[in-house]
Amino acid sequence: MASPTPRLDLRGITKRFPGCLANDHVDLALLPGEIHALLGENGAGKSTLVKIIYGVQHADSGTLHWEGREVAISDPHAARRLGIGMVFQHFSLFDTLTVAENIALGIEDKTTSLKDLAVRIRAVSERYGLALDPGRHVFDLSVGERQRVEIVRCLLQDPRLLIMDEPTSVLTPQEVGRLFETLRRLAAEGCTILYISHKLEEIRALCDRATVLRGGKVVATCDPRKETARSLAEMMIGTSLSTPERAAAAVTGAPRLEVRHLSTTTDVPFATELKDVSLEVRAGEILGIAGVAGNGQAELMAALSGETLIGDEGAVLIEGRPVGHLGPRARRELGLAFVPEERLGRGAVPELSLSENALLSGYAREPLVRSGMVHFGRARSYAEKIIDLFNVVTHGHRAEARSLSGGNLQKFIIGREILQKPKLLIVGQPTWGVDAGAAAAIHQALMDLARGGTAVLVISQDLDELFVLCDRISVLFHGRLSPSTPSHQTTVEQIGLLMGGLFGNSGDDEGEVGRVA
Amino acid sequence: MSLIRLEPRGHASRAMVYLTPVLAVALTLASGFLLFLALGFDPVKALHAFFIQPVSTARGLGELVVKATPLVLIGVGLAIGFRANVWNIGAEGQLTLGAIVGGGIGLAFYGDGGWWVLPLMVLGGVAGGMAWAAIPAWLKLRFNASEILTSLMLTYVALLLLNYLINGPYRDPEGFAFPESRMFEPYATLPHLIQGTRVHLGSLFALLAVAGGWVLMSRTFIGFQIRVIGLTPAAAGYAGFNEKRIVWLTLLLSGGLAGLAGLGEVAGPIGQITPSVSPGYGFTAIIVAFLGRLHPVGILLAGLLMALSFIGGEAAQIALGLPKAITGVFQGMLLFFLLACDVLIRYRVRFGARRAAA
Repeated sequence: MASPTPRLDLRGITKRFPGCLANDHVDLALLPGEIHALLGENGAGKSTLVKIIYGVQHADSGTLHWEGREVAISDPHAARRLGIGMVFQHFSLFDTLTVAENIALGIEDKTTSLKDLAVRIRAVSERYGLALDPGRHVFDLSVGERQRVEIVRCLLQDPRLLIMDEPTSVLTPQEVGRLFETLRRLAAEGCTILYISHKLEEIRALCDRATVLRGGKVVATCDPRKETARSLAEMMIGTSLSTPERAAAAVTGAPRLEVRHLSTTTDVPFATELKDVSLEVRAGEILGIAGVAGNGQAELMAALSGETLIGDEGAVLIEGRPVGHLGPRARRELGLAFVPEERLGRGAVPELSLSENALLSGYAREPLVRSGMVHFGRARSYAEKIIDLFNVVTHGHRAEARSLSGGNLQKFIIGREILQKPKLLIVGQPTWGVDAGAAAAIHQALMDLARGGTAVLVISQDLDELFVLCDRISVLFHGRLSPSTPSHQTTVEQIGLLMGGLFGNSGDDEGEVGRVA
Repeated sequence: MSLIRLEPRGHASRAMVYLTPVLAVALTLASGFLLFLALGFDPVKALHAFFIQPVSTARGLGELVVKATPLVLIGVGLAIGFRANVWNIGAEGQLTLGAIVGGGIGLAFYGDGGWWVLPLMVLGGVAGGMAWAAIPAWLKLRFNASEILTSLMLTYVALLLLNYLINGPYRDPEGFAFPESRMFEPYATLPHLIQGTRVHLGSLFALLAVAGGWVLMSRTFIGFQIRVIGLTPAAAGYAGFNEKRIVWLTLLLSGGLAGLAGLGEVAGPIGQITPSVSPGYGFTAIIVAFLGRLHPVGILLAGLLMALSFIGGEAAQIALGLPKAITGVFQGMLLFFLLACDVLIRYRVRFGARRAAA
């Protein structure tokens, strides 16, 4: 073979968990200097494979070869000694420590003084275009800057294989662009990058090769630059994909949800306060709220659902009626339906059956409870109706919610809310972590609902999704909401700039805006 | 690396969840067999004396029911709270208050009462228990104070209050300064249900509590809310269930049932108020609730089983001359095996260090 010795060569890796085969004889060769994508739906076995490479988990059988030599990676220390670095999707940083202190905690070499470390941090960050001040406190950093801390922490140990797990899910498009430059520079210097993502366009733009996992097996290895996003998605799901149909120009009616100068205060450290948020959603239209996670989405969702009550009852109106003081139950009875971002553990109770989960929110608008007694027969037929109409793959209404895949559970929850014929539906991250087939079905269902005259509000980090779904888009940044723009009059780039804080002339926020932009 | 590890099994089977108490009882009997053998007793005879002899007469069966009554009453109430993650550990105190208030009504109308005194005492017992449980409920909702600590500490306050009353206002004026109240008048005593035994009206209350608890938990919307709050509080918030209301409801319910159990003791088998109304029923009922899988019917069976360990222990002391600790030994073995079985149906044991990828 003419190809060079792989940096890391996995042969026949198999890992079994109780009740599932996470990796089934996976072969994967990562060459020096390549950016290699690992693709697959949730549950395809990507994270298990990565954990095996990083020594967090151990394969039941199969071998790992590092630069031609068979190795056993017993734990993450061993992985780092070999030269494997990993940037996790969720950062492990201490908010109250500085950048340098955080990095000092995370590196193997404990002999360097903080001062020397700061010098090295500056050197590395300049070399790779990762602007970073070692003396700043982490709570003061944007999400993109926090990710740089994690990357610099890896780079200080001169990795020869860098694993990036869903690195762009929290970044604005501009930050994504800068990250890609850094990764290309690293690859050019010979570092191998294993890039895990489900964003197909990014993979096509960045990666040299892609390995596709499905059901724990490698189903394809390809050059993503020669594929389309659609063909990659079809490799992942194993069937062909239907594209949602965009409704004709929305015919909008009376306002169903109005938010007027909503501000919240919090005593939770590092939580975001909403500042003077105003919006309006009319019958028949879909409004999208874009923004990087942690900019007030959770607070806005809670204020709209009624899980947090608002002192000023006129700050939230449903069909013109002030509801700020009403809890979720009363708001549901007025016609609000709600799909939270966390579907297992908020939108559904993992241990309860689908019939019982149908009752969870269905009680408010369906005749499932009569004089305090639950009508279990009706709850069951309601669950069966959802399963049937929304093609939920499950072995019946008795199945526990946790036994469903993410996509099927989300179809069930969205179906449960839609079948209540809401006047207003609020959805958080409708397709986050959902496979492509289910995502298309969910998008179609939301569009059909709006066409039928319901007002829909979608809060999402996924810009592609918002552009597919929404009539208008606003951006939430540091607790402030930008005015909405019709989605056909704006671009991903413009929305991306707003996500980074460029609201134009928002006055008193200048310091923050200047820093991030 | 440890040599013995616990590895989670995929899913615990539902049948095993209900079978483990049975398995635990079987293992307890087997261990008891070995224990008696080691002590030099004929194990068959000893187990017979412990578990069969005491309940082989109508009177013995009656005593079993009498002892099980407070355990079941309290256990049903506690289990409903436990399902909602409301940890009322102070049922003993609520029981004591039930005895103080309900019994106090009986004493107040001593000598000039009628048929109406007993219903009033029952209501007073329930109200006393509820009032005592309302304190931890209020502290939890107002100051976020843990009900585990407050309800437990209030138990000692209740016992001291009883001690004060029994040495003061409640003391029998003709009782030679013994710390005991008068015996209740017949109209202030719970009627016996079965001739020749001490089984009293309280046992009927316990059965009603079992039926009511079952309907509440498996048929009503309140019961559904209790389960959701216990399993996933965030989902309860999302659905719009009022968690504060459930905290109040479960604490008042369990306190009320404990108070009823306390009244049942003083107006039943004891017949007067004494410094020791209960041999720790309020605490034992916690074990009963878990042994019964927090299910009312399970609690009924568990209550009978724990009652058997009490009276079997007494019988073993008399028949075999064993020390009093034998009761504790059997209760302890039962709990140990129950917990061990619980662990083993959820996890499997693996020996040897974790194998690294070769």
